Amino acid sequence: MAKKDDIIISIQNVSKEFDDVLVVDDFNLYIKKGEFVTFLGPSGCGKTTTLRMIAGFEMPTSGKILLNGEDITNLPPYKRPVNTVFQRYALFPHLDVYENVAFGLKLKKIKATVTDKKGNVKEIERKLTREEIDEKVRKALRIVDLEELEWRDISTLSGGQQQRIAIARAIVNEPEILLLDEPLGALDLKMRKEMQLELKEMHRKLGITFIYVTHDQEEALTMSDTIVIMKDGMIQQIGTPEDIYNEPENAFVADFIGESNIYEGTMVGDKKIRFLNHVFDCVDEFPIHEKVDVVLRPEDIKLAPVNQGMVNGKLTSKVFKGVHYEYVMMVGRSEVVIQDTRNLDINCEASISVVPFDIHIMKKEFVSNMYDAYIDKNNKVVISEEPFECDVTQLIPGTVLDEDGYLVDKDGKRYDLTDADVKVEVGLKDIEIADDEEEGNITGEIVSIIYKGDHYQVIVRTEEDEDFVVDTEYTWNELDRVSVKIAKEKIKMTLKQEAKNYVKD
Amino acid sequence: MSKIKFTRKMLSIPYAVFMILFVVIPLLLVVFYAFTDAEGNFSLGNVVTFFSNSTNLNTFVISILIGVATTALCLLIGYPVAMILAKKEYKFGGVFVMLFVMPMWINFVLRTAATRDLLFWLGISGGEQPYSATMIGMVYNYLPFVILPLYTTMLKMDRSLIEASMDLGCNKVQTFVKTIIPMTMPGIVSAASMVFMPTMSSYVISDVMGERQISLIGNTIQTYFDKSLWNMGSFIALVMMIIILITSFMTRNVEKQEDARGSLW
Repeated sequence: MAKKDDIIISIQNVSKEFDDVLVVDDFNLYIKKGEFVTFLGPSGCGKTTTLRMIAGFEMPTSGKILLNGEDITNLPPYKRPVNTVFQRYALFPHLDVYENVAFGLKLKKIKATVTDKKGNVKEIERKLTREEIDEKVRKALRIVDLEELEWRDISTLSGGQQQRIAIARAIVNEPEILLLDEPLGALDLKMRKEMQLELKEMHRKLGITFIYVTHDQEEALTMSDTIVIMKDGMIQQIGTPEDIYNEPENAFVADFIGESNIYEGTMVGDKKIRFLNHVFDCVDEFPIHEKVDVVLRPEDIKLAPVNQGMVNGKLTSKVFKGVHYEYVMMVGRSEVVIQDTRNLDINCEASISVVPFDIHIMKKEFVSNMYDAYIDKNNKVVISEEPFECDVTQLIPGTVLDEDGYLVDKDGKRYDLTDADVKVEVGLKDIEIADDEEEGNITGEIVSIIYKGDHYQVIVRTEEDEDFVVDTEYTWNELDRVSVKIAKEKIKMTLKQEAKNYVKD
Repeated sequence: MSKIKFTRKMLSIPYAVFMILFVVIPLLLVVFYAFTDAEGNFSLGNVVTFFSNSTNLNTFVISILIGVATTALCLLIGYPVAMILAKKEYKFGGVFVMLFVMPMWINFVLRTAATRDLLFWLGISGGEQPYSATMIGMVYNYLPFVILPLYTTMLKMDRSLIEASMDLGCNKVQTFVKTIIPMTMPGIVSAASMVFMPTMSSYVISDVMGERQISLIGNTIQTYFDKSLWNMGSFIALVMMIIILITSFMTRNVEKQEDARGSLW
């Protein structure tokens, strides 16, 4: 934990709802002075909303934001010592370059001490003089390398130049924190790479705190001191680029950052894990028999002739990637992606080996699907507002259904389970998804796909915002609309209240 | 004999004929009449008569003043309305724009007469307060022409510019003055020109609403033409045309500066 006066901004239990949809969920973060922090995540993960709450454009639904220990949660943007570089630059088209950069300075008031005629020293607030503004604007334009464009019209500038002006306009106000909302998104690749290094250099020179929002993992790794990975409004992991790359907290982070092989494994002993039909030594400690996710980075896997490594397999494809070749090896039914600088023959047997340090073990994100549901009057279970066929007799052991739809136990006691609240558990492999939206009980959109060597883990999100996590062998695409079906016998339910509450008299 | 080839250029012939017949020739006729006397000889008599006749000059000044006042009032009322309508959170924006535009479907003279009667019923009679009544009539008639261009400009306005302005230290009032108004300038200019030009020359509204108590420049022209004094009438029409030309030239300049966005022209 950093020292208290080192912390410039701390975000405490901040949540934000838009029309009852939770966009940011209990966000907690503190940022040190001079740090370069990146919020990284796929679109819709809440990263921009969080940034906008720091800037003051959105007010949190709950929680607090402290700047230098002072509560700024409800302060309007113009009172915050924070400036933003906007995604589409947001330069004022009715002003030229100089006026755009000087915009904030002309409004700024500074404290000054003056001596009046009687010799009294007074503290007053005054605006900046023309000369002071002039000097600051020129300095800012020098920092972004665009001194010669002062009197140009905004519309005559290229995207890259507009980007620099937007940065100059923000830093000229000497903010305590500079917020950057995907500032390089609209630039081409080469330009983007250049600007990344320039921004990093600027951060070093200015010494102020940068908070950067991006969905580009490479950008985040290149520039940041600290990366905050977000998904569905929740922080997945906070760490240095090295930490996040080498020690991803879960399969989502591993999949999002860099190339990775993700497998399901089982702990079979102390620091021993079984996956790819082999028992590997590892360095992470997990309870024995626990099912876990394993990450192998392609560059950490060593290729060797057959029988010389730990696991044998067949090399099936090779792609030249510039610095290295990317090979795919089939181990049983699992794919292993390997990076190697050597040009090897494919369609032959080979073997791989991994040192224990490079085997990263993560707690499984999903073990099974759990839902809060209820039984409707037709003895179906309603999950996410949609009824599913199920076997209600499992709720009260030793009962059978009578023809009126009541459960009857062997003593002849009748139970009416209509509207009974139940907990439902469905295994990841027990859900099927289908293209045909009519086929299943409920439809949804695929929001995430993670490849786990021999199968995909797909998350289907319904309109009611309920997630179905499905392990499937088939390839699906993100944003596909699919229907979900669950076989009657695969739905495991337990009553939330005691059975005697449902006795029918 | 070579066959006449049909080219794209020939498509412009009907258009050119129409323009010559209905725009160029009438314009030339106005100019010709303005600088001739009743016998058709060249004369600057109309110029001298117009500028030495204090009634005419008075009418002229009053017309401009009423035009400016109407434009200002329309902008003052129309700007906030357009702003509210353009708000994304406001779900009934489309319906309200419709409500403002709908009166335009009713015949202009009928609508004006109805406004007069309504005002009379409210205690503002054209006979006693001709100027107020005329102004109310004009503002009512031209308000839609102000709201529409402003509304379209505001719809297209980049909301992040407002946020950028607040971010750089403007409070709400400063943001309005320094960002929103300059950003909507093209809309303001095209709205203003759409009101100013017709109010200057309209005579139906002042006739009906003011119960013939006030005479605007349009009324003067009509009076001269009614008396078959074509030359004098034409000269005043020419003066008006030059004023409108100047205003639209100024408008063009501003719009070019502002990227001509959101203009209705």
